[in-house]
Amino acid sequence: MKKLIDQEKVIKNMAGRLVKNNFFKFLFFLATVFGLIVLVVLLYRIFTQAIGWLDIDFLQNFASRRPEEAGIKAALIGSLWLMVIVAPLSLILGVGTAIYLEEYAKKNRFTDFIQTNISNLAGVPSIVFGLLGLTVFVRGMELGRSVMAAGLTMSLLVLPVIVVAAQEAIRAVPNQLREASYGMGATKWQTIYRVVLPAAIPGILTGSILALSRAIGETAPLVVIGIPTFIAYLPKSIFDTFTVMPMQIYNWTGRPQEEFQHVAAAGIVVLLFVLILMNSIAVFIRNKFQKRF
Amino acid sequence: MKNFKFLALSAMMGSVLAFATACGNNAEDTNENKDKNQAAEQLEGEVKMDGSSTVFPIMEAAAEEYMAEQPGVKVSVGQSGTGGGFEKFTKGETDFSNASRPIKDEEKQAAASGGIEFQELQIAYDGLSVVVNKENDWVDHLTIDELKKMWIEDGKVKKWSDIRPGWPDEEIKFFSPGHDSGTFDYFDEVILDGAELVKNAQLSEDDNVLVQGVAGDKNAIGYFGYAYYLENKDKLKVVPIDGGNGPVEPTNETIQSGEYTPLSRPLFTYVNTKSLKEKPQVYDYAKFILENAGDFAEEVGYVRLPQEKYDEQLKTLEGLK
Repeated sequence: MKKLIDQEKVIKNMAGRLVKNNFFKFLFFLATVFGLIVLVVLLYRIFTQAIGWLDIDFLQNFASRRPEEAGIKAALIGSLWLMVIVAPLSLILGVGTAIYLEEYAKKNRFTDFIQTNISNLAGVPSIVFGLLGLTVFVRGMELGRSVMAAGLTMSLLVLPVIVVAAQEAIRAVPNQLREASYGMGATKWQTIYRVVLPAAIPGILTGSILALSRAIGETAPLVVIGIPTFIAYLPKSIFDTFTVMPMQIYNWTGRPQEEFQHVAAAGIVVLLFVLILMNSIAVFIRNKFQKRF
Repeated sequence: MKNFKFLALSAMMGSVLAFATACGNNAEDTNENKDKNQAAEQLEGEVKMDGSSTVFPIMEAAAEEYMAEQPGVKVSVGQSGTGGGFEKFTKGETDFSNASRPIKDEEKQAAASGGIEFQELQIAYDGLSVVVNKENDWVDHLTIDELKKMWIEDGKVKKWSDIRPGWPDEEIKFFSPGHDSGTFDYFDEVILDGAELVKNAQLSEDDNVLVQGVAGDKNAIGYFGYAYYLENKDKLKVVPIDGGNGPVEPTNETIQSGEYTPLSRPLFTYVNTKSLKEKPQVYDYAKFILENAGDFAEEVGYVRLPQEKYDEQLKTLEGLK
């Protein structure tokens, strides 16, 4: 009688399967390590270049033609000013849109249309948003090359990403929670405000902070709307001109003098530090709130 | 929920505090500066400048020094490129527009239709430097015709031996600034004469990339501003150019005297004459530029104009006030 499992055959195939298994394991490990190695090389290069150039003076000085005296003060403060506009504006508009689309809007052609457009907008090159900002905010609304004009442009740029992230987060809230809330006699708004939003906040904030990190590192739209590179004063209001870190770094990397490459590296370290700070806030918030469910 | 409110509140307070300190520092700084400079006449207001990234380093230097003298004046310098700068200038959005080529006719028309009058100021010279690899031992000089033959697209693969007999039978690798740059515009005008640039040329808006490219390939040739050659003298070999009167190498002297022709070019800034008349800080700044541009230019790797040129332009400026 034939056995149901032919042990010999199994043993014969085993070796091949193990090899295959190991091969793919190795392949995926390689993929992971590749990214890491590139990152390490990049960081190593930037940090070794920046060493000796990154000091407290670098943070306190304005840009200069002399590499030893060049600093990132105007750009660093400018980037923070930009965030003061972009963060609240894009969060309020983005989360508002997401709540409307997920909780209130009926599924019909119109909402489908909006949904498709939001997804498409997320993939539009940033330079296009720059052109929009130049025509609408800088020229149309006559805001000039101000923090306000740049902030509005950047908000539009990151808005689709925030909307999509917030929608995902809201969708991930279990329906039972909503039904339980209705069952207790809560209104729709009470349910959203007290039940859905608190549950969705980790997801919303993670997505939003990643989007804001993009805004702080983006150059193209600001180049298009014509933000100046050299500024030796700080903005006093949101209608003042300003500059941001990526513009300043881009300018330094293009200089003929080799010392400016070091200054640029120091600028990149400062930018990376701000980004890491923002991302760790996102991680912190996510971890804190995920414990509740 | 309470935890979250606390978190949000502290995050907000934190950022507000950070801002207050940052702004506070600034206020103190300007006060100190004011005390130091009380002697000179104090002006206030904004000066907006945009345009060529080639001219940018000179203007950065000027702005830096000017603001040390006049802390009340806020000078901002952008670098949208010569064309991008004129686009804003002709709409009246900036007071100065830096340019690495003279204003074009269509830009003049745009200015006229926007009701903008302007004055051209020359501030320094730049010598477009044609460079080859350090190991290239065959090129001793190039004539304008040879340059033209090399850089124009004619559908064939270019070899060094095609340019002059006796040169190696190897393909030439081209490195050129991108089409948006004034440097390309100038090269296009004097060498290409409107013809198409070789298709397999590697283009980059970042001149340092061109330096790397030429330094890394024995058969490479490229061109860019004089400052980039000066900073990379040890990595590159500059090619003397024969413009009809024998080969001339770009140096401070040959560029200033005009001997290095036709590749030496003036750098400009255009000033809005309405701003000159209405804003005392714009006039004062224009004067400051003409008085000091030579020093700043040399410091950042360009060549000063002969002193008479600056003096002449200062007189013109006075007439416009």
